[in-house]
Amino acid sequence: MKLTVNGTVHDVDASPDTPLLWVLRDHLGLTGTKYGCGEALCGACTVHVDGRAVRSCVLPVERLQGRAVTTIEGLSPDGSHPLQQAWARHAVPQCGYCQAGQIMTAAALLEEVPHPSEAQVDRSMATNICRCGTYLRIRAAILDAAGES
Amino acid sequence: MRSTAFLLPLLAAVTSCSSAPAPAPADPATVEAGHKAFAHLVEVLRHPRCLNCHPDDDRPRQGMHQAVHDPPVWRGPDDRGEPGAHCASCHQDRNATDARVPGAPGWHLAPLSMAWRGRSDAAICAQLKDKARNGGRTLDELQQHLAEDPLVGWGFSPGHGREPAPGSQAALGDTARTWIDAGAPCPPRGEPQ
Repeated sequence: MKLTVNGTVHDVDASPDTPLLWVLRDHLGLTGTKYGCGEALCGACTVHVDGRAVRSCVLPVERLQGRAVTTIEGLSPDGSHPLQQAWARHAVPQCGYCQAGQIMTAAALLEEVPHPSEAQVDRSMATNICRCGTYLRIRAAILDAAGES
Repeated sequence: MRSTAFLLPLLAAVTSCSSAPAPAPADPATVEAGHKAFAHLVEVLRHPRCLNCHPDDDRPRQGMHQAVHDPPVWRGPDDRGEPGAHCASCHQDRNATDARVPGAPGWHLAPLSMAWRGRSDAAICAQLKDKARNGGRTLDELQQHLAEDPLVGWGFSPGHGREPAPGSQAALGDTARTWIDAGAPCPPRGEPQ
């Protein structure tokens, strides 16, 4: 089947019910998106589909015909997305495992709400879990990227 | 000007009567059948499979014990979650078999005007009939919503060992039709929940 990821159309030979996450990682080699829980509970696998954040671990690839998938690798060609720059300024990651999902959720938030309040950031990011507890730096980086700090 | 102002309360009273018109009840037996139909209808509406997404606050519930949704999510500006964390970020258009995440087309919370948690049967009945609170539906459109909306239907096919709402969506539609055809009678106010 045809799958558009980061602006490139791929021919993918996968069972239609394969979760997008495994097509990204195992078929296309895009390993920036992480497996966390496999039940849409942690957010590590968050990518964008037509600009909206989705949990790729529960999204069958057959549902993506004619839709555009963006992964952390496609957020910017050179890591220059304002969130990525803010992430570096605030030294957000600790172990780093959840960070791709955190940034993709944050990017979807800023796409809809360019200047969110702290409370809005907290609500939108609440379903992305960071086991290292970098939540305060995540919030600071998002507000920084949004020009709110 | 003064005469216009005099008419405003009357106009407000008239326009506030926004309940969808119900057909006139035929006879006492029909009305009684309508009351029985509503009793069954509200039994379904009160089932956690339905009630969990008709909260009276900004937090969806889950499970038969109606716990606050975990992971933590909120209603959001359009009843479909917060920006970046929409309901559809996790809930697909059907139940996810392996991941066990429930899903149906258009997954979202009912608007606050349709909140049923903590309401009496009489209050729920009045809500159902009030176009200002039922999504602007006539009674026929309400029946169609109950009988055909796939999100309502999910309550009867919730997947992964979840207890379904009693009966079937078709039966719910039939019950709603019986209630409406009987004049959509409501229980007396003050009836215990």
